[in-house]
Amino acid sequence: MNDTTINSSELGANSLVERAKRNQHRFWAFSGLIFLVIGFSLASPNFFQTSNIISILQATSVNGVLAIAATLVIITAGIDLSVGTLMTFCAVVAGVLLTNLGLPMYIGIPGALLAGFLAGALSGFFVAKLNIPPFIATLGMMLVYKGLSLAICGGRPIYFNDTEGFVDISTGSIIGHVFPAFPIPNGVLILFLVAILASFILTRTILGRFIFALGSNEEALRLSGVNTDRWKIVVYSLAGGICAIAGILLASRINSAQPAIGQGYELDAIAAVVIGGTSLSGGKGTMLGTIIGALIISVVANGLRILSVPQEWQIVVTGSIIILAVYADQLRRGKT
Amino acid sequence: MSILVDMNGIEKLFPGVHALKSVQFELREGEVHALMGENGAGKSTLMKILSGVYTKDGGSVQVMGKDVVFAGPREAQDAGVGIIHQELSLMNDLTVAQNIFIGREPRNFLGILDEALLNKNAKDIFRRMNVAMDVGSDVGTMTIAKQQMVEIAKALSYNSKILIMDEPTAALNDTEIQELFRIIDQLKADGVGIVYISHKMDEIKQISDRVTVMRDGEFVGVRDSKDTSIEDIISMMVGRDLELETEQKPDTSDNTTALEVKNLNRGKFVKDVSFSLKKGEILGFAGLMGAGRTEVARVIFGADRLESGEIYVDGDRKYIDTPSKAVEAGIGYLSEDRKHFGLVLGMDVRTNISLASIARFGSALGVLDEAKISKTATDFISKLDIRTPSEKQEVKLLSGGNQQKVVIAKWLLRDCDILIFDEPTRGVDVGAKSEIYKILRDLAASGKAIIVISSELPEILRLSHRIAVMCEGNLTGFLPANSSQEEIMRLATATMQSSNNKNNQISEMSS
Repeated sequence: MNDTTINSSELGANSLVERAKRNQHRFWAFSGLIFLVIGFSLASPNFFQTSNIISILQATSVNGVLAIAATLVIITAGIDLSVGTLMTFCAVVAGVLLTNLGLPMYIGIPGALLAGFLAGALSGFFVAKLNIPPFIATLGMMLVYKGLSLAICGGRPIYFNDTEGFVDISTGSIIGHVFPAFPIPNGVLILFLVAILASFILTRTILGRFIFALGSNEEALRLSGVNTDRWKIVVYSLAGGICAIAGILLASRINSAQPAIGQGYELDAIAAVVIGGTSLSGGKGTMLGTIIGALIISVVANGLRILSVPQEWQIVVTGSIIILAVYADQLRRGKT
Repeated sequence: MSILVDMNGIEKLFPGVHALKSVQFELREGEVHALMGENGAGKSTLMKILSGVYTKDGGSVQVMGKDVVFAGPREAQDAGVGIIHQELSLMNDLTVAQNIFIGREPRNFLGILDEALLNKNAKDIFRRMNVAMDVGSDVGTMTIAKQQMVEIAKALSYNSKILIMDEPTAALNDTEIQELFRIIDQLKADGVGIVYISHKMDEIKQISDRVTVMRDGEFVGVRDSKDTSIEDIISMMVGRDLELETEQKPDTSDNTTALEVKNLNRGKFVKDVSFSLKKGEILGFAGLMGAGRTEVARVIFGADRLESGEIYVDGDRKYIDTPSKAVEAGIGYLSEDRKHFGLVLGMDVRTNISLASIARFGSALGVLDEAKISKTATDFISKLDIRTPSEKQEVKLLSGGNQQKVVIAKWLLRDCDILIFDEPTRGVDVGAKSEIYKILRDLAASGKAIIVISSELPEILRLSHRIAVMCEGNLTGFLPANSSQEEIMRLATATMQSSNNKNNQISEMSS
C-alpha cells in the first residue's frame, strides 16, 4: 500500500517534469523573442519605443490571425495554403457588400465572415469527402480565390471611403480611449481576442479535443464512432471564418480591398505556426506558440528595418530563423 | 548431406514477452524443412533471427559450419541467407531486372549504369530457375505469383544457399502453386536448403522433407514428413495442458437475439457469412491468420463497407456503413491493432476513455466538463484496475494489458450492447490476460452480447459459450464450448482440402 503511494507520487513528479518538457518549445520560442527584443533595443534606441512596439503589434495582427487559422488545420495534420488569398477574397466580399452595394457594416461584416466560413467548408468538403490531400485541395482553392478576387474587382482595389468607421475596426483604439497611455490599436485587441477564443476552443471544447485526435490518430477516432469527415469540415470552416477576420483587419488597415495581394501570406502564417512549435505532422500545437511565432517574425522584420538592413536581407534572416527554430526543436526531441 | 543451418538454444526476449525459449532448428543441404506452429508460436521471430532482422538474446547460430552473429539483413544476405516475406517488398515502378539488382547495378567503365548487362544477369537467374520472365517489364503490372518469382530470383542473385519462404502460397492459385513447387524442387536439386512456413497441411505433406513444430516460443519436435500424419502435426501444434485453464464458465446467454447477420459479403475475406448472437453470450471466432475474422468484424462495425448482406440489431434491420452508425446501433469494436486503431497513443488516459462518448461531457456549446471527464476516468481506472499513475498519463506509457483496459473502458463508457473483441489479449501478459477474461465474463453476465476473435485456441475454448470457425472467408461451422482443439483446427483448415477451385488470383492482405 505504502509502496504504491510513494510510487505514484514519484510518477506524479515525473509527469510534472514531462509537462515542463512539453512546454519547452514555447519556453525557448519565448526566450528567443525576448532575446531579439533586448538585442534590437541595445542596437538601436529607436526600437524600444511605445510607438514602435505598437507598430510591431499592429503589423502582427493580420499575420497572427491567419496563423491562428493555419494552426487549427495544421494540428489536424492537414495544411491550408489558401488562407492568404481567402483573406483577400473575404476583404473583396466586404468591399462589394459595403462599397458597391452600399450595405451597412452590420450586414457587410457578417457577410464577409460567412463567405470565409463557406469557403473553408468547401475546402473541408474536398479534403474529407472527396479525399483530396489537403495540400492539393487548398493549393487549388488558393488560386481559385485569387482569381475570383481579381475577377470581382476587375483588377482594381475597392475603397471603403464611404463606410464610416470601417478604418477604426483595425486602427482605432478602444483601449487608448480608456487608457490614453496605452493606445493599443483595435486590430491588436482583435488578434488577442481571436487567439484567446481559439485557444479556448482548442483546449476546452469537444471540437478542440477532436482537432488533436484527428492529428494524432484519425483512424482510431473514426473507429471510436466519431464522424471524422464532419468534424474535419468544421475545422476547415472555422479556419475560413478566421481568415475572413484577417481579411477585414487588413482591409480596414489599408482602407481598401486590394485584390492582388494575399498570395504569400500563407507562407508567413505557416512560418509563424512552425516557429511556435506546432508540428506539421499534426497532433501537437498551441495558440500561444503561434502568437509568439508571429511576433518573432514581426520583431525581426521591424528590427532589421530600423537597423537599415535592406529588405532582401530581412527575408533571408526570416527564412533562416524558420530553419533554426525547427532544427532546435529536432535537437531537443532527439535528446529526450 | 551437409548441414546449412544449425540453431541451438535460441532465446529472444521482447519487453514483457519471452518470445523464444531455447529453440533449436536445423536445415540440411537440398532439403525443404517446414516450420509449423500456431500464430504467435515464434516461427517468424526465429526466422527473423536467422535472416538478421532481429538479434538473438542467447544461443548459437551456425551457417555452413561457421558461428555467425548478423548485425542486419544485409550481413545475413552476404552469408547466403535469403528471405521471401509474406508481404512482398518490390518497387512497383521498376523493372524486374532493376528490382533484382537494386543497389548493386553493374556499371561500365564510365561509371554509367550498364542496363544491358543488368538485364542479361537477370535473365541468367531466371534461366537457372527455368522460368520464363520478361525482365524488362515493370513489377507492378505483374501478378502476385510472378512477383514472387522475382523475389525468389532476387534472393538467388545473392547466391543464397538458404531460402526462407514465409507463407509463399497464401496468394497463389493452384497452377501457380504447382509452378512454385516445381521451382522449389529445382532449387533443392541445386543444393539450396529451404525453410518453408505455411499453415496449409496438405502442402506440407507434398513439399517438405522434414517438419519442425513450435509452440509458445518453444521447440516441440522435428519429424520426417513422410512418416508423420497431419493429425500428429496438429496435436504437436496445439497440445498444451488444457486442464490448467478450465474454469467454470457459467452459461449466461439468454434467449434474446442481440445481433443477427445474414449473408455478409466483402471481397475474398467475407463470403456469405451468417450468424446470430444472443444477449449474455460470448461467441468465439476461431480460424487461422487471414481466415477473414477481422474482416467480418470490420464490416459489421462499418469500418469497411459491405458489398451485400443484412445486419439486424435487436431484430431491427440496420444499415451500417460507417463506425458512427454502428456505435449508434449499439455495436462497439475493439481492434486487434490497438496502437493504430484503438488508442490515440499521444493522448492521456482520460481523453482516450472519453473519446467515443465525448458529447456526454460537453455543454450545448461544446465546452467540456473536464472535472467530469477526470471523475469518470478515475472510476473506470479503479473499476477495471488500470495501473496508471493518474488519469492524465499518456496511454503510450502504459503496458499492453493496461492499454487494452483503457480501450475496454472507452467502450464500456459508450455503453454498447454488442461488443466485438478482436484479439483482446494480444501483447498482454499472463496476469492481465486473466483479468481481461474476467471482465469479458462479467460483461456477458450483465447481458452484453460479445464476440471474441482470437488466434489462441485455448483462449477461445476458455471464454466462448459457442465457437464459430472461419476459413478463407467462409464460416465453416459452429462448435459447442466443450469442443477439442483438433475439431476447431479441422474446421479452420476445412476448405483447404475441399475447395481447390477457381478465383484465387488475389493479393493477400494479412488480417
